[in-house]
Amino acid sequence: MDWVNVIVQGTLLGGLYALFAAGLSLIFGVMRLVNIAHGDLIIFAAYLGLTVVMTTGLHPILALVFVIPAMALIGYALQVGILNHTLGDDLLPPLLVTFGLSVIIQNSLLEIYTADPQKMDAGVLETASFSLGDLQLGVLPVLTFGIAVVVIASLQWLFYRTALGRAFRAVSDDQDIAQLMGLNRRHIFGLAMALALAVTAIAGILLGIRTSFDPSVGGGRLIFGFEAVIIGGLGNLWGTLAGGVILGVAQTIGAKIDPGWQILAGHVAFLLVLAIRPQGLFPRISG
Amino acid sequence: MADPLLQISKLDAYYNDFQALYQLDMSLGEGEVLAIIGSNGAGKTTLMRSISGLISNNSSQMRYRGNPIGALRADQVAALGIALVPEGRQLFPSLSVEENLLIGGRLGRKGPWSLRTVFNLFPILKERRTLPSTSLSGGQQQMVAIGRALMSNPDLILFDEISLGLAPVIIKSIYDALPNIVGEGISAMIVEQDISKAISVSNRVYCLQEGRISLEGASKSISREEISHAYFGIT
Repeated sequence: MDWVNVIVQGTLLGGLYALFAAGLSLIFGVMRLVNIAHGDLIIFAAYLGLTVVMTTGLHPILALVFVIPAMALIGYALQVGILNHTLGDDLLPPLLVTFGLSVIIQNSLLEIYTADPQKMDAGVLETASFSLGDLQLGVLPVLTFGIAVVVIASLQWLFYRTALGRAFRAVSDDQDIAQLMGLNRRHIFGLAMALALAVTAIAGILLGIRTSFDPSVGGGRLIFGFEAVIIGGLGNLWGTLAGGVILGVAQTIGAKIDPGWQILAGHVAFLLVLAIRPQGLFPRISG
Repeated sequence: MADPLLQISKLDAYYNDFQALYQLDMSLGEGEVLAIIGSNGAGKTTLMRSISGLISNNSSQMRYRGNPIGALRADQVAALGIALVPEGRQLFPSLSVEENLLIGGRLGRKGPWSLRTVFNLFPILKERRTLPSTSLSGGQQQMVAIGRALMSNPDLILFDEISLGLAPVIIKSIYDALPNIVGEGISAMIVEQDISKAISVSNRVYCLQEGRISLEGASKSISREEISHAYFGIT
């Protein structure tokens, strides 16, 4: 029974990792941009949420009403103002620029909020739980996982059922020909980044309710996100969810064996997938 | 022709670092069908890419309805009603046949073309509408590429080497469809290596040679000898 519990808890944790990864996956899928600052943007969203909660007294979940549009706007401005200028045949400039962005975000957060760990107070939501058979499930992890499934399903629907999704796929296929269809790729890329950072806002708030955070922890979230994307296979959103779950389960199993092994076990699972199936478990993009 | 639809004047255009067009002058009247012929490397594709905005030029080197368009981006040119059927079809591989057509129509310009009328023109596409565009034969892909351009209801449609790599019977069926397209009152520019096909569907013909116009004339009155002279540069 213990092990069933471990796997269920790991699966729920995987929902959070999938939320870290979804934005990363989307950005890479549409514009082949590897965003090194993604983890720091998650933490930035958490601090943004913290500020909203402190100034308005709103519940952190309700703070999403402000944080999601704010992050989306920042995403559009970031893409159109900076990142679009780095995109081209060479993969290196966007990598370097987002790395620089990561440093800037971390240090700005340090300057504004200090290095003290912060946490958002979500009241009873943090500790509430319910029983399912012999299992005790926390409401927050279940809610997080549910949100992850809804987010992934919505992105999937948007990508494959809407005109905006068609535009994303067309620009991803061939930027020149997409321009001929009247699609301004700079604008489309801006919208993709806006969408990605809207998802990042959700991830940041849920992270900030679940654990304490400080300006330096973005890098770790970036790694978890990357690992979930790679395990699941590039360009497949449901694969990203599966990747998050595998990572989460591996971590909780590791922690069950020895609490010091939690992070290591996740990385080992990732390396195993990379060694055995480098294209990921459910790849959609080849090459 | 008092007021040409498209006026190109003294166009110098580059293909990467290589100058492909030199001081090119060309005009296209409303409702006219132009054929552009010339051997490989004559600058035909560079001309198509320049008009459609994929290659940026000096603003005033190209005028459309009197307005300078030379420096516009491709999406801005498309919004003005100029559509390109690119060489090699270039469909979106991750989109279905129908989605490829729909994305062509996303500008929402008014006109005779819609999914229904494109499917009437190429009935086979209706049967294949849900398939990935990559699963079609070359000829069917070409139909999608033409349909995709038509979906924007252009006033000027550019065809770049639409018969390239296709079987003769397919080429014939595509050219048989052309009168239905240009018959809707839109102007067209047809780049073609198959000279007799190009001559048969056009009003006027330009022959390019090494980035310059080597011959220009009405398609009806132009002779074989003149063309081969202009085409190969044999004196």
